[in-house]
Amino acid sequence: MAKGKITFKDIEQTVNVPAGTRVIEVSEKIGAGIIYGCREGDCGTCMMEVTEGWNNLTEPSVLEEKVLKENMAGRHNRLACQAQILGDCTVKPA
Amino acid sequence: MNHMVDVSAHREAVEIADDVYWIGALDPTLRTFDIILSTANGTTYNSYLIKGSEGVAIIDTVKENFSSEFFARLESEVSYDQIKVIVLNHLEPDHTGALPELMRRAPQAQLYISQRATSMLKALLKPNTDTFEYTTVNTNDTVSLGDRTLRFLHTPYLHWPDTQCTYLEEENILFSGDVFGCHYCDKRLFNDRVGDFRFSFDYYYAHIMRPFKKHVMDALKLIEPLKIRQIAPTHGPILRERPRRYITHYRELSTSSLSREVGGQSDKSLIIFYMSSYGNTARMAEAINSGASEVEGVRVSQYDLEGGETDPFVDLIEEADAMLFGSPTINGDAVKPVWDLLSSLAVVNLKGKIGGAFGSYGWSGEAVSMIEDRMRGLKMNIPKKGLRVKLIPTDQELDECRDFGQLIAEVLVGRSQENQVIEFADLA
Repeated sequence: MAKGKITFKDIEQTVNVPAGTRVIEVSEKIGAGIIYGCREGDCGTCMMEVTEGWNNLTEPSVLEEKVLKENMAGRHNRLACQAQILGDCTVKPA
Repeated sequence: MNHMVDVSAHREAVEIADDVYWIGALDPTLRTFDIILSTANGTTYNSYLIKGSEGVAIIDTVKENFSSEFFARLESEVSYDQIKVIVLNHLEPDHTGALPELMRRAPQAQLYISQRATSMLKALLKPNTDTFEYTTVNTNDTVSLGDRTLRFLHTPYLHWPDTQCTYLEEENILFSGDVFGCHYCDKRLFNDRVGDFRFSFDYYYAHIMRPFKKHVMDALKLIEPLKIRQIAPTHGPILRERPRRYITHYRELSTSSLSREVGGQSDKSLIIFYMSSYGNTARMAEAINSGASEVEGVRVSQYDLEGGETDPFVDLIEEADAMLFGSPTINGDAVKPVWDLLSSLAVVNLKGKIGGAFGSYGWSGEAVSMIEDRMRGLKMNIPKKGLRVKLIPTDQELDECRDFGQLIAEVLVGRSQENQVIEFADLA
């Protein structure tokens, strides 16, 4: 099975996950500092900054793009409840 | 003192400055607002009308069932075809209730909202969302009414993500939305004429703005440099006499008092709350305390919930950087004082605070994970799985408590943990 390593920069912790795992599933279990609201891609609370491996996350959907725009997201921001891990990447709370 | 103003005696607009009018509504019998707020003498829904040489602006509307009073006051000054601009500083229904009807009566008017307000506007106007046009604005965007200019200040989270203030440059009036507002209904309308509303002002801040203190400070940076003759909020008295004192008061209310009063500015505050029926959870609390206290830069406080009341504990939590809750498990649940405190925290900002749980148990020990789930729900970080001890803690288990306290304290001061790769399947 394809794997990816996600590093949560704020707690300096790396987790080896099956490809396709959503960031939220890992970050909540490990106690990383990304905060969640609705958990369904609507509220923008879980905005995170991807510091490495932007292309190793699934592409944002049209809906995620819209929510990011409404929340004045920066270039390296994604929603942790939506982004799925495809390969190695590093994230931290936005 | 002039007591002549009585806006309850008529349904006309009240001029608050040259060609600037209050067109709001009084709700003197309201006793509870939005489930959470007591309103001992009701509230007002303040809406404003500004006449410019090239059109009229309406700033906010009123709660839907007060629409007729709002429209009557509006019609006393202008006709609907004169309305060029509608500004919504905040989209909560008590200020947007009359909006759909206003837009129906003044279809030519352009609607101005903050960037964050679009999804809420669509939710408010559904199912007719396609028929409305709007313009989103940000700080320092302006709209001209000919000889008058409205300037927008983006002030998010005061108290919704969408909130903004609107400044009338020529008259130096700040239409502040819910900021500087209060639930206080007085037909004399102006702060120099109404009764003593200080309690209502502070009560409103404590319940509405307090969770967003950081955002209040950000907003004050935009507001403080302005020349201000009047503050015209959406609830309560219009602040025209010494308006700046309310701005100063907001800054005082939003400033952290722990470091100011106790010193040790760089210390992180960790609070251990616990309940104990046979002294076992209390012994765990002591051990966790001693472990955490070994870490430089952490100030540890310990409280038995049995000996305190909720409100002062909420104040402590507001300024704490981390909190641990200890509870025995009784009938498969954490004990009530723990839930009482954990359900009283809506008035403070917990986002990103560090949390943890521990407790002794007899049979099943669910309390610890239930407390952790609640803390996650409150947007806290739980960096370490909680500690459960069956009945009386052994020396070894007390050592684990000390390690737990130390680890939480180290996370608190940002001492980096060893970064080893963990397998996803191994996470609990």
